[in-house]
Amino acid sequence: MIEGAKWRRWVFFYIPLGVFVFVLLFPFYWMMVTTVRPDSELYRPWMAPNYTPFWTLHPTLEHIKYLLGETLFSTWMWNTLLISIVATIISVFCGLLAGYALSRLHFPFAGSLGTGIFITYLVPQTLLFIPLADIIRNFSLGDTPWALILTYPTFLIPFCTWLLMGYFKAIPRELEECARIDGATRWKAMVYIVFPVAIPGILSAGIFAFTLSWNEFIYALVFLSSPAQKTVPVGVTSELIRGDVFFWGPLMAGALLGSIPVAIIYSFFVEHYVAGLTGAVKG
Amino acid sequence: MARVLLRNLNKMFDGMHAVKDVNLEIRDKEFVVLVGPSGCGKTTTLRMVAGLESITSGDVLIGDTVVNNLPPMDRDIAMVFQNYALYPHMTVYDNMAFGLKMRKFERTEIGKRVQEAAEILGIQSLLKRKPRQLSGGQRQRVALGRAIVRHPRVFLFDEPLSNLDAKLRVQMRVELKKLHTRLSTTAIYVTHDQVEAMTLGDRVVVMRDGVVQQVGEPLELYNTPVNRFVAGFLGSPAMNFAVVRVSGEKDALRAYKPGFGIEVPPELAPRVAPYVERDVTIGIRPEDLHLANGSDAAGLCFDAVVEVVEKLGSEILLDLQVGDQTMVAAVEPTVQAKRGDKLRFGLRPDRLHFFDTASEAAI
Repeated sequence: MIEGAKWRRWVFFYIPLGVFVFVLLFPFYWMMVTTVRPDSELYRPWMAPNYTPFWTLHPTLEHIKYLLGETLFSTWMWNTLLISIVATIISVFCGLLAGYALSRLHFPFAGSLGTGIFITYLVPQTLLFIPLADIIRNFSLGDTPWALILTYPTFLIPFCTWLLMGYFKAIPRELEECARIDGATRWKAMVYIVFPVAIPGILSAGIFAFTLSWNEFIYALVFLSSPAQKTVPVGVTSELIRGDVFFWGPLMAGALLGSIPVAIIYSFFVEHYVAGLTGAVKG
Repeated sequence: MARVLLRNLNKMFDGMHAVKDVNLEIRDKEFVVLVGPSGCGKTTTLRMVAGLESITSGDVLIGDTVVNNLPPMDRDIAMVFQNYALYPHMTVYDNMAFGLKMRKFERTEIGKRVQEAAEILGIQSLLKRKPRQLSGGQRQRVALGRAIVRHPRVFLFDEPLSNLDAKLRVQMRVELKKLHTRLSTTAIYVTHDQVEAMTLGDRVVVMRDGVVQQVGEPLELYNTPVNRFVAGFLGSPAMNFAVVRVSGEKDALRAYKPGFGIEVPPELAPRVAPYVERDVTIGIRPEDLHLANGSDAAGLCFDAVVEVVEKLGSEILLDLQVGDQTMVAAVEPTVQAKRGDKLRFGLRPDRLHFFDTASEAAI
């Protein structure tokens, strides 16, 4: 907390915080208002006398009905969920083993391998999708969920590895040494001692991996083409913008419904993942 | 129960020679303390016994078996770490039971052993708690309990008391001693605290720069240190050292420097004689200095100016200026002395130590 006069607290704390919260939350508010706004209000010119951009007096569910009934939105949700969950499980599993190995085992080139993994994370997806597209085509995976399930780990594994590596380094080595003296093999010490202690780190890696896959756009756009295979971000933007016509109501409804699962996951695990990021292990 | 034998043990770390040719026998049921300043190789030696550190060359034997290539779990040892290393996600009971579960003990046997250990350590009421709900002393007890339940052949302690506050440390020290008497298991204990070493060890091993300096019973090390390092390391306040020049004839040797000089007592003369006209280091423990009275031989007295008076209650420490040299004297609490006083001190002839100035070995 900032000490001193009241005005200082307002100037340095409450006002900046308020601005920040407003900027971050306004898009969500806009999404909500647009979702429930009837078309007659949506397409009303801004100089009209009854123009009310920030609220509506006639809320309606017609856009949500349209989205769920007339589009493949529920299929997209299901696709996204499946792809995100499987990609997250693969990535967290690999990241767990790789992170442990890089932080604990001594083997030749451990350091350079760690750096190498990090560098792959730095290659922008906007470049990487070109060679990946070639590979996807060669394996005839295009337009299937596998195209994404197998390509998302290319950026998720480095991310999980590095996050978990840092977390493992914060766990006192003695815990494991003690377990090994107590009669555990390295594998058992890892499974019974290190992983349970690392749960906050594993959860935050999982949440981030899930969010990154859920929101991913470029690979999904390039590797999937038929409407029934699409994920939410791609489906909503490609199927609800036709030519230069924006179907704002269903678009915003899709955005709103699409962000709900991520919001639920975050709020559910918020304590764990804050602990995971600040990396506090007490013995 | 088992003895532990270290034979020509060496450890190299990236070109640094951390442990050099350590030979040591820890007898069955013995409590041996490895002591030395940080970086002297004592912890590395212990970790090699535990199997947590690979052995560069030499052998570690537990019982009659060479255990060099055995993983820690197969050495039948238990270790207590400085930071306790309690498993934070387990209750106290599970912490203590973990080693037994890993070794596939029966549930009832595990329960029995944990109860037994908890009773010995007085932690029965804590069994359902998690480590973070415990105080430092309680955590230390749990760590001890975890070692005890296993009934191992050897206990290894890596500075187990250094994270406790001073009062608790003294208390746990006594308990450790009692515990060892009760369990009589072979134990190797690493510490940098010479008081712990002196009070706990059946024998004490003083190490410096990876080399064992001296092995012996605490008082043996205290009274007849083999070199200046051991002499200076054990004892608090530390031994006073002064580089002096030896002169005179065989029966009347004098050791002196500006402002300080004594006659070498006859019983030490034969050993000091070879150093005539050369420098030696004289060592005097603070408690062996006292205010001179009529009974002191004139040749063993010298004058000193009091610089600082430290009243500890049970004794008084006087920081003295003797010529260009500072010394500390531990005197009776009844002594009336204040800063600037010029006093005459005597010393006990049978408690003098002489060291070769170059090699630092005792003469």
